[in-house]
Amino acid sequence: MSSPFSSPDKTSDAAMSRRNFLRGTAALGGLTALAASLSPLLELDDLTSTEKFLQKYYKEMTPDDMSKVIKRISNEVERQYGVRPHVRDLKPMDGVEFVYCLNLTRCIGCRKCVHACVNENNQSRNPEIQYIRVLKMPHGSMDVEKGNHTYDDKHVPDPGYFYMPIQCQQCHNPPCVKVCPVNATWQEKDGITVIDYDWCIGCRYCEAACPYWARRFNWTKPQIPKERLNPNMAYLGNRPRKQGVMEKCHFCIQRTRDGRYPACLEVCPVGARKFGNILDPNSEVSYILREKRVFIQLKEEMGTNPRFFYYFDK
Amino acid sequence: MITAARNYLVFLRRCARIAFVGDWRYYAWMGGLTIVILFGINAYAKQLVDGLIVTGMSDEVSWGVYIANFTFLVGVAAAAVMMVIPVYIYDNEELHDLVIFGELLAVAAILMCLSFVTVDLGRPDRFWHLIPGLGQLNFPRSMLSWDVIVLNGYLLLNVHICGYLLYCRYQDKKPSKWFYIPFVFIAIVWAISIHTVTAFLYVGLGGRPFWNASIVGPRFLASAFTAGPAIIILALQVIRSYTNYRITDKALLTLRGIVQVSMIINVFLLVCEIFKEFYSGTTHGVSAKYLFVGLHGHHALVPWIWTAIGFNLIAMVILVLPVSRSLKYLNVACALCIVGIWIEKGMGLVIPGFIPTPLGAFVEYLPSLNETLVCLGIWAFGLLCYTVFLRMAVPILQGRLAKANEGQPEIQGDEPASVAPVSPATH
Repeated sequence: MSSPFSSPDKTSDAAMSRRNFLRGTAALGGLTALAASLSPLLELDDLTSTEKFLQKYYKEMTPDDMSKVIKRISNEVERQYGVRPHVRDLKPMDGVEFVYCLNLTRCIGCRKCVHACVNENNQSRNPEIQYIRVLKMPHGSMDVEKGNHTYDDKHVPDPGYFYMPIQCQQCHNPPCVKVCPVNATWQEKDGITVIDYDWCIGCRYCEAACPYWARRFNWTKPQIPKERLNPNMAYLGNRPRKQGVMEKCHFCIQRTRDGRYPACLEVCPVGARKFGNILDPNSEVSYILREKRVFIQLKEEMGTNPRFFYYFDK
Repeated sequence: MITAARNYLVFLRRCARIAFVGDWRYYAWMGGLTIVILFGINAYAKQLVDGLIVTGMSDEVSWGVYIANFTFLVGVAAAAVMMVIPVYIYDNEELHDLVIFGELLAVAAILMCLSFVTVDLGRPDRFWHLIPGLGQLNFPRSMLSWDVIVLNGYLLLNVHICGYLLYCRYQDKKPSKWFYIPFVFIAIVWAISIHTVTAFLYVGLGGRPFWNASIVGPRFLASAFTAGPAIIILALQVIRSYTNYRITDKALLTLRGIVQVSMIINVFLLVCEIFKEFYSGTTHGVSAKYLFVGLHGHHALVPWIWTAIGFNLIAMVILVLPVSRSLKYLNVACALCIVGIWIEKGMGLVIPGFIPTPLGAFVEYLPSLNETLVCLGIWAFGLLCYTVFLRMAVPILQGRLAKANEGQPEIQGDEPASVAPVSPATH
């Protein structure tokens, strides 16, 4: 090995050209190695276009911007799924604040709500994303740590147990919104906490912050069979998501802001789920919260003040 | 003005050039690091294509070793301040000429931190959403937005301080106090803030009782001020043995004092935490139970945490005993501190915070191979940065790379001590 210390022949022409040659070879080799290491990127099929890259924040979009974005989303969905979707940017209605009430006496743990939700909201089927988790709870305890997440009974309900479906609690004081570094998630006037899927950077801080484990991340490209796609879509609701962003229950805004019930409620075979406008004294939810002696906000001590209430018949 | 700009460009060019020259050991080291970095880049490219599914993370454990390494390295960056304080507040002479090595380490550590958060993002293409003015930085509500600000601010502060002092030395000019002393003092407070803010990132989450404890902040600082100076002790010895830069044993022993006290505080705070989690017997201690003894048949983290505690205790004993005045033992203690605290921050803090989930499910986590390669790549990148910084800084500090010898043949390696000019003692 030549001495590292400066010596006269280092500056001679022969040594210089040899060094330049070595340097050139090293640089070429380095670049080849870099190119080789980057080669997986060739498989990136969903390259961000300039238009998508520069898309504005939801709250800063003009109606004109929004209609362009909706058109682009519709085209993308049509290209990918072969179905022309009906995408809308539904706004919260005046004088409406949504509340959900769930009757724990009635729920039988059939998980129909879980699957109705997946179908309605275009969740990825592979890997599977679900917004609702049903816990099989031993009689008498509200401690979620005692719950069984993966019960697989032939018949429900199993005697000695009750069932507690948990989804986004649409908190008045949502920890997930507070922690988001880019305001990609916020609470709307009607109480629904939404996500701008095109603004989320995928840091998953909200997922760590949620005390109800209500948020889900797209760990890879979501897959939905073409024939299962629900074409009735909302920008802040069930339009298909992209890899690397968060999603969660949004009280089916593509339905509820259009005067319909959430899918989980409609499918419930025992009528355990009630949904409505708490600002309307004649609504079912107003009646329940007025008349029931006990109702529960899950983990009340968190100070999140959920808009999701659990109640009992007897 | 034009001459000044020209001089500065020449300075930068000469610094860049010297990063590419050295003896065979230098090339072997840099070549090895580059290979590891390329493996990391390759793994990251796969992650960009397939998504974060290639990691061991899940909706249950949604942060893993990326964030764990990030947390550890914020501490390393913050620990540079433990050299600054003795020098600028207590006028310690021994450490005076070595502070810059600590500050350069801080710069390398912050670069690694920024890399680790970037690889953790699901949509790194949307990073600009974080830029105030262009995007929507949720400041001051989100602690992550604080972290973005304090980390980048700390990077700028240290780049300015190191860059300014080195450029002055290069020009053989006495640095103007107004140009760096205020920044040094800002950086002291700032260093504390980066690690406090990073701790608050966890502490602020009410839904995670394991993190939602006020002791996390103090523990972060204590462990950072243990592991950081321990790394500096080892780094300084490497610098001493590969260059002829004068570093006294006394300086190393001053740092030993810092590591010693910090480790004692760190272990004390650990005891406080264990007592609180276990004695009261509330259900809030469930993550701690899982971490230390395992729960419901899940105990993936138990060997990790006891290794960490074992290492930390052995290190503490060595550090307290007079034997650690011998560098051999001190180095062992430092290595144990670094590994112990690295585990404590990652497998001991970030991961158990997620287990069980807020709904009581136990899902365990183990980093995947791809994830590990990305981590190794970033570590290699950090080491490469630090090596390059030292490669530039040492000859400048020694006066071998100076404006005075501009135009002369560039130095090729480190001259033996006998021919090296004596470094002029400025600043």
